[in-house]
Amino acid sequence: MRLRFLAAALASVSFTSLASATDLEVTHWWTSGGEAAAVAEFAKAFDATGNKWVDGAIAGGGNTARPVFISRITGGDPMAATQFNHGRQAEELVQAGLMRDFTELAEKEGWKNFVRPVSLLDGCTVDGKIYCVPINIHSWQWLWLSHKAFADAGVPVPKNWDEFVAAAPALEKAGIVPLAIGGQPWQRTGAFNVLIPAIAGKETFLKVYQDKDEAVAAGPEIAKVFKAADDARRMAANSNVQDWNQATNLVITGKAGGQIMGDWAQGEFQVAGQVAGKDYSCLPGLGVNELISVGGDAFYFPKLKDEEKTKAQETLASVMLSAPTQVAFNLKKGSVPVRGDVDLAAANDCMKKGLDILAKGNTIPDPPRLNTEDTNNQLNDLFVEFFATPSMTPEDAQKRYADIIAKAD
Amino acid sequence: MATEISKRPNSLFRNLNAKIASIPMILTALVVFVGGTVWTVVYSFTNSRLLPRLQFVGLDQYERLWSTPRWLASIENLMIYGVLSLIFSLTIGFVLAALLDQKIRFESAFRTIILYPFALSFIVTGLVWQWLLNPDFGVQHFVRGLGWESFTFNPLYDQSIVIYGILIAALWQGTGLVMCLMLAGLRGIDEDIWKAARIDGIPMWKTYLFIVIPMMRPVFVTTLVIIASGIVRVYDLVVAQTSGGPGHASEVPAKYVYDYMFSAQNLGQGFAASTMMLLTVLIVVVPWAYLEFGGRNKRG
Repeated sequence: MRLRFLAAALASVSFTSLASATDLEVTHWWTSGGEAAAVAEFAKAFDATGNKWVDGAIAGGGNTARPVFISRITGGDPMAATQFNHGRQAEELVQAGLMRDFTELAEKEGWKNFVRPVSLLDGCTVDGKIYCVPINIHSWQWLWLSHKAFADAGVPVPKNWDEFVAAAPALEKAGIVPLAIGGQPWQRTGAFNVLIPAIAGKETFLKVYQDKDEAVAAGPEIAKVFKAADDARRMAANSNVQDWNQATNLVITGKAGGQIMGDWAQGEFQVAGQVAGKDYSCLPGLGVNELISVGGDAFYFPKLKDEEKTKAQETLASVMLSAPTQVAFNLKKGSVPVRGDVDLAAANDCMKKGLDILAKGNTIPDPPRLNTEDTNNQLNDLFVEFFATPSMTPEDAQKRYADIIAKAD
Repeated sequence: MATEISKRPNSLFRNLNAKIASIPMILTALVVFVGGTVWTVVYSFTNSRLLPRLQFVGLDQYERLWSTPRWLASIENLMIYGVLSLIFSLTIGFVLAALLDQKIRFESAFRTIILYPFALSFIVTGLVWQWLLNPDFGVQHFVRGLGWESFTFNPLYDQSIVIYGILIAALWQGTGLVMCLMLAGLRGIDEDIWKAARIDGIPMWKTYLFIVIPMMRPVFVTTLVIIASGIVRVYDLVVAQTSGGPGHASEVPAKYVYDYMFSAQNLGQGFAASTMMLLTVLIVVVPWAYLEFGGRNKRG
């Protein structure tokens, strides 16, 4: 057994060094400055193995890119590897047998030993088999605050959500948009999903999204969340941008006070040369409830007919998970590596906060892992309407919210 | 009786070459169009998610569809957009054609200019008008720059009028084609009719209204079908201009279908919505086809 392992390992090593250049097309939706810098690290590492990374970036975010990926895979023109948020997005593709099973490679390289938290691999596992490579840990629960904006308005930088809401009038008086939320639907739903654990706590969050408990969704705890969302709606009324990175840019330039956005926003601050703690602050869990969700991106590998490409897929998978690539990629991306055994001395202030919370185990699952895309889309529809319609009361919105939760599966 | 039966094969084999040549197209029509439609309708009664599967759930998808505020908003928007775009593009198109028909100078230059927007795709049209209607760069900014500081023209960011912002772009793009069709129709009217009308001393507008327009009925029917099919499938213009926003104020059914089929990974719901769209088209087309073709058979 040992010997065979060794032989296999040797074979894969010798293959890697002898490999003639195989082109692999990798599709993803990373197009903002920070994201592009991060994905270039993957390309560099993969090209170094003698293969060639063919970049298939699709602009416009996951909601635009995923349908393209899916129709290519189901239509018989699969790419060699593709990004998804692990969880239920690719569930049916896996069940239909269109994705490659990586259990063998995972066991050989011992992914279970270094991937942390192990629950990340659960998101990739269907019927006991591993179908994807988790590559980063992203969390949504961050409030990014511009020091310049608060200095211009003459108020101290808030320490939590309530102080932020209280500071909003002062910001508005100085001509600053208090809260930047872009027009893309997922940003609104995302902000609301962040408010749930921050305002109503972890228990409520899990009851609603994990147990799909309709009574809780209609109950007083979620009512408080809708009150906060109402505040957010008022504060974001004048943010006329579409993309999330444009919204982040408002915070970077001090035109907006803050933004509720996942830790990928950090990549943008970094590209702009800003320093955490000096130019901007980050409040995990909105400064109220220090919790972060463990979600993120993963790569799935569709089954291919070409044997060389099939072999190169394995090389790509191990490259993505290798320690140096993990560090290089995640530092640029602003996310946390999936490996527990890498040195993150280079991590900045905000990332260290995230690592701390992760180490304490104050985590919640990411909504895309609990909800189907269908449910997420219905939530998107609701929050798009809620944030754009000042006449829609929080009570009405909550009623429809509870309805969606009741029908979700 | 017997002679009739023996005659039939003859008519079947008449023009045999032409009939054989049209077999591929007949097959395409049957398999792709009819087959695809039937398939879609059947699967709209299932709970298919990302991939189609045959688990029937009755009318569940339709019940959900008609209780979804976004779908209802889409239908309402399509109604407003459809009625207005039909009225305006026909009126403006006809008036422009009538003006061009006055034997004016540089007619072909005007015709080209007015038809030109039609050469642009809806996506480009949408983006151009998004800029023109953007308060910070477009018309509002320009007029304010001229000195009218309080001038407000902000249709794309106002829920109550956003659909008119889209209508403006659609008219700009589509009226040229309507004008050309109308112009062709006007040119088809016999000169003698005009002469006769002039001798009888009928004013020009009356000649147009009561003589020319009724004679142009086939042209109007063709134009109507072209405009109507464009209305039902309007999608790219909305995506480029507003992506359905603000809120759901400019959502249209085709966008609902796309979003639920692909982005929400819920084929069943998307199929149910597209079946409703098909039904809408049928409600419009069937009575028309009956009047148009059924009537002719009776006459002939």
